[in-house]
Amino acid sequence: MSNRTAGYRGLTTHRLFWPVVVLVGMLAANTVYRPGFLSVQMRDGHLYGSLIDILRLSAPLILVALGMTLVIATGGIDLSVGSLCAISGAIACLHISQQPDQNSLGAVLTALALGLGVALVLGAWNGVLVAVIGIQPIIATLILMVAGRGLAQLITEGQILTINSDPYKAIGVGHLLTLPLAIFLALAAALLVAAVTRRTALGLIIESVGGNAQASRLAGIRSARITFLVYVISAACAAVAGFMMTANVSSADGNAAGLWVELDAILAVVIGGTSLAGGRFSLGGTILGALLIQTLTTTVYAMNISPQTSLLFKAVVVIAVCLIQAPGFRARFTRRRAPAAGPTSVTEQPKEQVPA
Amino acid sequence: MTGSHPVLTMTGISKSFPGVRALDGVDFRLLPGEVHALMGENGAGKSTLIKVLTGVYSADHGTVTLGGEAVSFTGPMQATAAGVSTVYQEVNLCTNLSVAENIFIGREPRRLGAVRWAEMRRRARSLLARLDLDIDVNAQLGSYSLAVQQMVAIARAIDIEARVLVLDEPTSSLDAVEVAQLFRVMRQLRDDGLAILFVTHFLDQVYEIADRITVLRNGQLVGEYPTSQLPQLGLVEKMIGKELRVLERLDEQSRHDAAPAEGAPLLDVRELGRRSAVARFDLTIHEGEVVGLAGLLGSGRTEVARLLFGADRADHGTVRVHGTPTTLRTPVTAIGHGIGFCSENRRAEGIVAELSVRENIILALQAARGWLRPVPRRRQDELVERYVRALSIRPADPDIPVGNLSGGNQQKVLLARWLITEPRLLILDEPTRGIDIGAKTEIQRLVAQLSDGGMAVLFVSAELEEVLRLSHTIAVMRDLEMVARLTNDPSVDADRIMQTIAAGTGHEEVPS
Repeated sequence: MSNRTAGYRGLTTHRLFWPVVVLVGMLAANTVYRPGFLSVQMRDGHLYGSLIDILRLSAPLILVALGMTLVIATGGIDLSVGSLCAISGAIACLHISQQPDQNSLGAVLTALALGLGVALVLGAWNGVLVAVIGIQPIIATLILMVAGRGLAQLITEGQILTINSDPYKAIGVGHLLTLPLAIFLALAAALLVAAVTRRTALGLIIESVGGNAQASRLAGIRSARITFLVYVISAACAAVAGFMMTANVSSADGNAAGLWVELDAILAVVIGGTSLAGGRFSLGGTILGALLIQTLTTTVYAMNISPQTSLLFKAVVVIAVCLIQAPGFRARFTRRRAPAAGPTSVTEQPKEQVPA
Repeated sequence: MTGSHPVLTMTGISKSFPGVRALDGVDFRLLPGEVHALMGENGAGKSTLIKVLTGVYSADHGTVTLGGEAVSFTGPMQATAAGVSTVYQEVNLCTNLSVAENIFIGREPRRLGAVRWAEMRRRARSLLARLDLDIDVNAQLGSYSLAVQQMVAIARAIDIEARVLVLDEPTSSLDAVEVAQLFRVMRQLRDDGLAILFVTHFLDQVYEIADRITVLRNGQLVGEYPTSQLPQLGLVEKMIGKELRVLERLDEQSRHDAAPAEGAPLLDVRELGRRSAVARFDLTIHEGEVVGLAGLLGSGRTEVARLLFGADRADHGTVRVHGTPTTLRTPVTAIGHGIGFCSENRRAEGIVAELSVRENIILALQAARGWLRPVPRRRQDELVERYVRALSIRPADPDIPVGNLSGGNQQKVLLARWLITEPRLLILDEPTRGIDIGAKTEIQRLVAQLSDGGMAVLFVSAELEEVLRLSHTIAVMRDLEMVARLTNDPSVDADRIMQTIAAGTGHEEVPS
C-alpha cells in the first residue's frame, strides 16, 4: 500500500523551498548591485556588515512573529502586537526617565519588569475576550490595536519621550561576543518558544485546537486555557520587541513604535508556512519569513528605491512569494510548461484527501 | 440495456497520495438506465474513483470517456456542467443557508444578474415534491435532520441536466423509511435513462436496487458482475479477498446467553435530561456490561450519548459514578471519571485531519495529562505501535496525516485514542457507520473483548442486528425519549425491538 513518491520532488515541494529561494535570490541581487554586500568586517571588536544589520533589524519582527505564530496556529490572530510594542516601550522609557540615575541597571530592570507586566495584563485581556467571552479574535484584538495607541500616547503624554540610559540602549544596539545583543535576544526567544511548545505538549495541543476545535474539546482538551495562554505569550513577545524598538532610538514614540508590525508579523507567519486557518505551525518557517521581510526592507533602502515606490516594490515581492507558495498557482504554472501524462489539474488543493 | 453503449468509461485509472496508492489501473463502465453498485472495503479506492470521476482529484494516469468523448474535469463544477452530478457521503451543503439556496447555489435562476428568488423557491419546492419531501424551502438547512439534508443534496444533484448521478453512501444516515423513499426516486430516475453509480456498505441495499456490481479491492479492479449472477456471499468474498470465517465467527459471538452484569453500577443516572434535546431518562451501566442504544435516526440516541459524556450539559437529573454523585459538566469531567466517547461525526468531531496518526492516537491521553507533562516519545511509539497492530490500522505508518486514511481506519484511530486512556466506560456512537464489513467485524469483536475485560460500553447503533449481537442490555429510544430497557435474553429479537420502537411502550423494564 505504502508507496512514497517523494524522490526529487521532495525538495521543491517542501513548503519552505520557495521562501528560501527568494531570500537567496534577494541576497544575490544585492551582491550584484553592491559587490561588498556580503562582506562582514571586524571594527572595534564588533562585526559589521549588511548581513549583520539584517539580522539585528529583524530581531523585533522575529519576536513579534513568534508569538503571532502560536496565536495563528490556534486559528486566531493578534492585531494588537504593534500597540503592545508601543505601550511596553513607553512604560519602560517613562520609568527610566523618572530616575535620578538613568544608567542604573536596577532601574532599567525594574522598567523592563513594569513594561512586561503591563503587556502580560493586556495579553490576558485579549485572552479573556477571545477564550472566555468568545469574541472573534480579529475584533477582540482590534480593540487593543486602536485603543492601545491611545494608551501609549497617554503614557508619553503625546510627546516623544527621550531617555539617556546606556543599559537600556544596549538592548537595541549593544553587542555580545562581537555580535549585536538583539540577535541573541531573538535567538533566545526563539529557543524558549520552541522549547515551551515542542518539549512540552503545548505545540501539539495548539495544533489540535487550531486543526479541529470541536474534536479537541471532545478529546478532553481545555481549549479556552490554551487560547488564553497564546495571547499572553504573544503579548510577552511583543513587549520584548517593544523594548528593542525603543532602545534602538533611545526614545519612546507612542505613535510610531511598532507601527504596522502586526501586518509584517502575520506576513512572516504565512510565508513561513503556517495556515491562517490554524493547525500545523512552523517556528523555523516564521523566522525565515521575518528574515525575508527584513531583507526586503534592507534591499529597498540599499538599492535607493525612492520612498514613494518602496512600498509598491515590497508588495510586488510579497505577492510573488505568496503566489509561488500556493500549490494551485504552481500547478498551473508547471502544467503549462510540462504537460504531464494524465490530465493534471488542481484548481484547488483538496484540504483532506480521503481515499475511499 | 446490456446492448447499449456505456455512457461513461474509465480506463486504467491510477491515483496516489503520499503514502497510499489509492487506485491502480482501474477500469469502470456505466451504462445508461442502470443502477451500478461500486463495492469494496474501506480503502479499496471507491471514494477516490468517484472523486476522479467528478473532477475533485485528477488521475495520475488513465482516461475518462463520457458519452463517447474523452473528458478531463478540472473541478466539480466542470463535471457537473458535463452532466455528472454527485451526492457525497458526508453532506457537503451549507447549513447556514436556506434549503432553496442550497439547491441552487452556484446556478441561481437570474435575470439581468439579479437572483430571481421567487422562481428559485418555486423550483426548489417542485424538486422536493418529486422526492416527496415537504419542507419549508426558506428555512435554514441546518434546522433539518441529516437525513433531510441528504435528500436536499439529492434534489440539488438531479436538478442539473444529469446523465450520470453518483451517490456516495447516500443511505448511511437514513432510516428504513427514508431509504425506501430514496430507492423509489432512484428507480424512477433510472427508468428515465439516468446512469446511477451507487456506493453503499449495506449489502441488502445493493441486492435490492443495483443492476450491476463493480468490486474494488486495495485500489485494484476485482471485476464487474450482473447482480443476479453474484450471490451475496460471493460478493463479500470478492470484497475482502479471504474466506468468510470472520463472518461466521461473528454469529457465534451472540451475547444472548452472557450473564447480565450484577453488583454496584459503574454509572447510574436518574432523571437525566436536557430540554428540547432528550426527555429525562434513567440508565445504569455496570462494569463489563455492553448497553446497546437502539432507535431510529433522530430518536435521541446521540443526545443521550452526549449527555453522558458531558459534551452537552444536562439541565436536570443526577449522575453517580461508582456511587459518588457528580455532574458531567464538560468532557473533561467525564474523562476524569474514566469515560471515553467516539462521536458519530468522525470528521467534524473526531479526528484532527492534518495531525498524524500518532498524534491523533495520543491526543486524549495527552489532554488528560495536561500540556506540561508530555507523553514521552518512547511511550508514544510503544502505545501507537501496539494499537496500530492490534486494530490493524492501515497503512501502518503512524506519521502520515490521519486525513489520508479511509473512514474505517480513522474510526480505528479514534478507538485507539480512547483505549490508551484505559477508560472504564466507552461510549461509541455509530462506531461502524460507513465502514466496510471487515473493519466492522473487527470493531464488534473488539467491543466484545473489551467488555469481557471488564470495560463498560454504551453502544449506539442504527443497526439492530449489531445491537442485538453485542449488548447485554438494550435501551430503546423513540422520539427523544427512552421508551424501554430490555435485558437481551433469547426472547428479544429485531422484530421485538422494532415493535417497541413502533409502539413506543416498554415491554419489560430492567429492574435497576
